[in-house]
Amino acid sequence: MKNIVIVDYNLGNLFNLRRAFESVGTQVAVSADPEDILAASSIILPGVGAFGEGIKHLKERGLIAPLKEFASSGKPLLGICLGMQLLMTTSEEHGTWEGLDIIKGMVKRLDPPGDGDIYKVPQVGWNSILKQFNSRGLSWNGTVLDGVDEKAYMYFLHSYYVIASDTRDILAETIYGRNRFSSIIKKNNITGCQFHPERSGEAGLKILKNFAEL
Amino acid sequence: MGHAVRVIARLDIKGPNLIKGVQFDGHRVLGTAEQFGELYYREGIDELIYQDAVASLYRRNSLLEIIKKTAMKVFVPLTVAGGIRTIEDIRQILRAGADKVAINTGAVENPALLSEAVKVFGSQCIVSSIEAFRISDGKYQVWVDYGREVTGLDAIEWAKQVEGLGVGEILLTSINSEGMGEGYDIELTNRISSIVSIPVIASGGAGTKSDLSKVIRNGGAQAAAAASIFHYNYATPVNKPFMSFSEARLRMGEHIDSGNVDFLNHGYGGERACTVKPASIREVKEDMVKNGIEVRI
Repeated sequence: MKNIVIVDYNLGNLFNLRRAFESVGTQVAVSADPEDILAASSIILPGVGAFGEGIKHLKERGLIAPLKEFASSGKPLLGICLGMQLLMTTSEEHGTWEGLDIIKGMVKRLDPPGDGDIYKVPQVGWNSILKQFNSRGLSWNGTVLDGVDEKAYMYFLHSYYVIASDTRDILAETIYGRNRFSSIIKKNNITGCQFHPERSGEAGLKILKNFAEL
Repeated sequence: MGHAVRVIARLDIKGPNLIKGVQFDGHRVLGTAEQFGELYYREGIDELIYQDAVASLYRRNSLLEIIKKTAMKVFVPLTVAGGIRTIEDIRQILRAGADKVAINTGAVENPALLSEAVKVFGSQCIVSSIEAFRISDGKYQVWVDYGREVTGLDAIEWAKQVEGLGVGEILLTSINSEGMGEGYDIELTNRISSIVSIPVIASGGAGTKSDLSKVIRNGGAQAAAAASIFHYNYATPVNKPFMSFSEARLRMGEHIDSGNVDFLNHGYGGERACTVKPASIREVKEDMVKNGIEVRI
């Protein structure tokens, strides 16, 4: 029996994430208790808002060590949006912050539009996920993207993005304005996803279903 | 291959019903909001806006039940507007299942509500709704209370101000164009989208499928919201100017308990003529592709 837990650290709307899992037939629990997290078969680290706030809330709730311990257990962990960014080594959001350092890499701000650019920051809307350029591209088989079309549109809502240090950790990339960034990263049992699968229509629900079955 | 422009359906809601008027007046009932919301999701809409049509007047948003039902079935972003005046109002709406709230009257009365809300919930879920009325000398006034009250604010300056307060997007509605089906106010959209660095959703005036492409290409909007062209497409049988109550699919729901139900009873005709040329979500998106605009199809 799977025991999937959404980590509640008081940032963001967990209800829609939970409902999205329910719509694909998966019951999930929501908890802020380190014991529940360590006992889970998989966890989801969601989150919206600022990096510094996110880290602060995790610290206040004593969740940093349990999250790192869970990550090293080999059980599936999915970070979504800010939850993905928190997995990284550092962030440049309003200062310099240390992240959970579960996957090597950094979080940077999307380049502001210059003269003649028509894009805006934050990115709010649908964008496609692409296999990595200039390399053979990692296979999506057996990952959360199993069965998802390449170039599928997902719903993004962010001003900051992730650059994974090791390109082998990049499962999908996305182009926005002047930036090309990691929209899905994966290292062993850890997956991070910049967009919101729970708001990305049927393609997004497929990702959640895949995760529940990992 | 990059980011797609958003096609948004705007649902104006009174009680359980989806309603539609012209310039925020003369509303007719078209069916239930919940069923339209779900249908639009299945038809490929990129986002939904639920506007409580009477909330601002009664100083409360009454959509919580409809939001909850929608959130069970709809997995694209939902923005809720109408009657939002406190942080607690926002919290309730987000908890019910909305992703963002759009605030007009509450922000004009108390601009600090926007900055406070941004601090508590993040800019990504706070949208400034601006309802602008064009006056003779090419200026635009901000109106509040669902197009009922004039304020002394200049819409262009107000847009700049709300950006400074930290909101993540602007939902820009032209009151003059709203429900007229004569196209968006391109000038208004352009003036605001060119001075703010946050996304602008153009709203009000879509009468044909190509109006959405126009406001994206010429108005600089990042998203286009439309109501009538979608509502009348899905609520009306094609090639049939009249309809009757017995046709279940026209009703789009059960709860026709208030408001002007003439349209549902008698369809178009005479003064009830439809101001728009209805189109499906797919037809709108195909028109955008033809015009070189990337969309999610």
